[in-house]
Amino acid sequence: MAEIISLREAIGSLLRDGDTVAMEGFTHLIPFAAGQEAIRQGRKDLTLIRMTPDVIYDQLIGAGCAKKLIFSWGGNPGVGSLHRLRDAVEKDWPKPLEIQEHGHGDLSNAYVAGAANLPFAVLRAYAGSELPQHNKNIRFVECPFTGERLAAVPAIRPDVTVIHAQKADRKGNVLLWGILGVQKEAVLAAKRAIVTVEEIVDNLNAPPNACVLPSWTLAAVCHVPGGARPSYAHGYYDRDNRFYQAWDDISRDREVFLNWIKKHILDTEDFSAFQRVLNESTKEQLV
Amino acid sequence: MSAANYTTTEMMTVAASRLLKNGAVCFVGIGLPSTAANLARLTHAPDIVLIYESGPIGAKPEVLPLSIGDGDLAERADTVVSTPEIFRYWLQGGRVDVGFLGAAQIDKFANINTTVIGDYQKPSTRLPGAGGAPEIASCAKEVVLVLKQSPRAFVKKLDFLTSVGYLDGGDARKRLGLPGNGPSAVVTDLCLMRPNEATKELTVAQLHPGITREQVQKATGWEIKFAANVPETAAPAENELRVLRDLLHRTAVAHGQTPAA
Repeated sequence: MAEIISLREAIGSLLRDGDTVAMEGFTHLIPFAAGQEAIRQGRKDLTLIRMTPDVIYDQLIGAGCAKKLIFSWGGNPGVGSLHRLRDAVEKDWPKPLEIQEHGHGDLSNAYVAGAANLPFAVLRAYAGSELPQHNKNIRFVECPFTGERLAAVPAIRPDVTVIHAQKADRKGNVLLWGILGVQKEAVLAAKRAIVTVEEIVDNLNAPPNACVLPSWTLAAVCHVPGGARPSYAHGYYDRDNRFYQAWDDISRDREVFLNWIKKHILDTEDFSAFQRVLNESTKEQLV
Repeated sequence: MSAANYTTTEMMTVAASRLLKNGAVCFVGIGLPSTAANLARLTHAPDIVLIYESGPIGAKPEVLPLSIGDGDLAERADTVVSTPEIFRYWLQGGRVDVGFLGAAQIDKFANINTTVIGDYQKPSTRLPGAGGAPEIASCAKEVVLVLKQSPRAFVKKLDFLTSVGYLDGGDARKRLGLPGNGPSAVVTDLCLMRPNEATKELTVAQLHPGITREQVQKATGWEIKFAANVPETAAPAENELRVLRDLLHRTAVAHGQTPAA
């Protein structure tokens, strides 16, 4: 059964230095508050898995929390580059970052294999591509029935998966809707799962085929309203496109980035304090 | 040509949109492909089915998405499925007619690079990476590529082959046994290219109005071939331009950007 605890407790007790962690959410429901709590608690040597690293992993990478990144598309959606990711790959700053890159199809299949407790996933792709030459985790197998050559990737089994969702009930059952990405698979593939939610309600009122993650598949549920900002939570708030654009300037320069992280994350006690300070910074810039 | 009342980017977007037939099932990349696909939906192809890799099927966005998973895509889609399902059942399942992609680099056999500029281990520019492109390039029945033409983008040799077009040309793709037929057209701001039937080398099939062969050659990193007959692309119709500009305008307003004048 999931414990309903604070985000600080959840990250403190469930995410350890050196862990392999997947913080998923395909543009929607990205667990930013949880990523920032990992920075605040100074997690180190993490292997980060995420289809689209997005600004959440740009922050973790720039803050020095990661030793390796497993991903399939590493840009700032609608804006351009992830400058902290690029600085780590191109210039080893703040430390070298090992990368293992995939395509969306194979990484999403790898989560499915993890959830299904299979050793690998199989798909029809990569013939002719140079990616398999640089990623020993993309290989080829022969179909035992037809002889067709197919691509294979090992299952993903994170130590910890972190997602954000709209609702939980008081027992810790979680409901999410809208663009679901690979969140369900990432939770079921993980040893431990943490879910931050917009609200905790008496009754989920979920229709029969809704995406519900039962409490007993989760380790912790944390009530963190706004915890997906600056991404969005369908039915609650929109994507903060201005922040994604502002991140381009914040992240471009090492000094500016470090000051931003210190002021907004390291020097704030939790996500609501972070939001308060961020609002003040945004107002200052508008004046 | 100086009297043209449209930009070369508008010409490119309109020319790309015209390639999408009404009713086609189209797997759409973000950026130019998404703009062109939605322009098609709002003009000649109202029944086109737009699939985005984040999960929406039959998306009908009111404004262009800034990210591949904007809420508007889900809100107005026929259905929204998980990302594994999009790739497993819908794309690999053989239900996608056209994969619509951009690229950072392309070679003469329409192979594309979206991974790195320079050496893979020590790149001079780290690009975002593959995304869904390798699987789309493999499995969509045909692929249409849209990108601006320049010698930096149209190169003799890719720095990295992310997603396969026709590999070394001829029957090389066929021998790989991929289910999709490969790229059918490359649309740029200067022209429209199609693969030669036998060699699969990209060949200029149409020149956009006012564009010369010399301009196309100058913007290409290899000696570009022209079809025996190279008609001029029809200039954007008034209706196409109006719908495109309206779409871009309300998109800019919705995303809090300053609309272009």
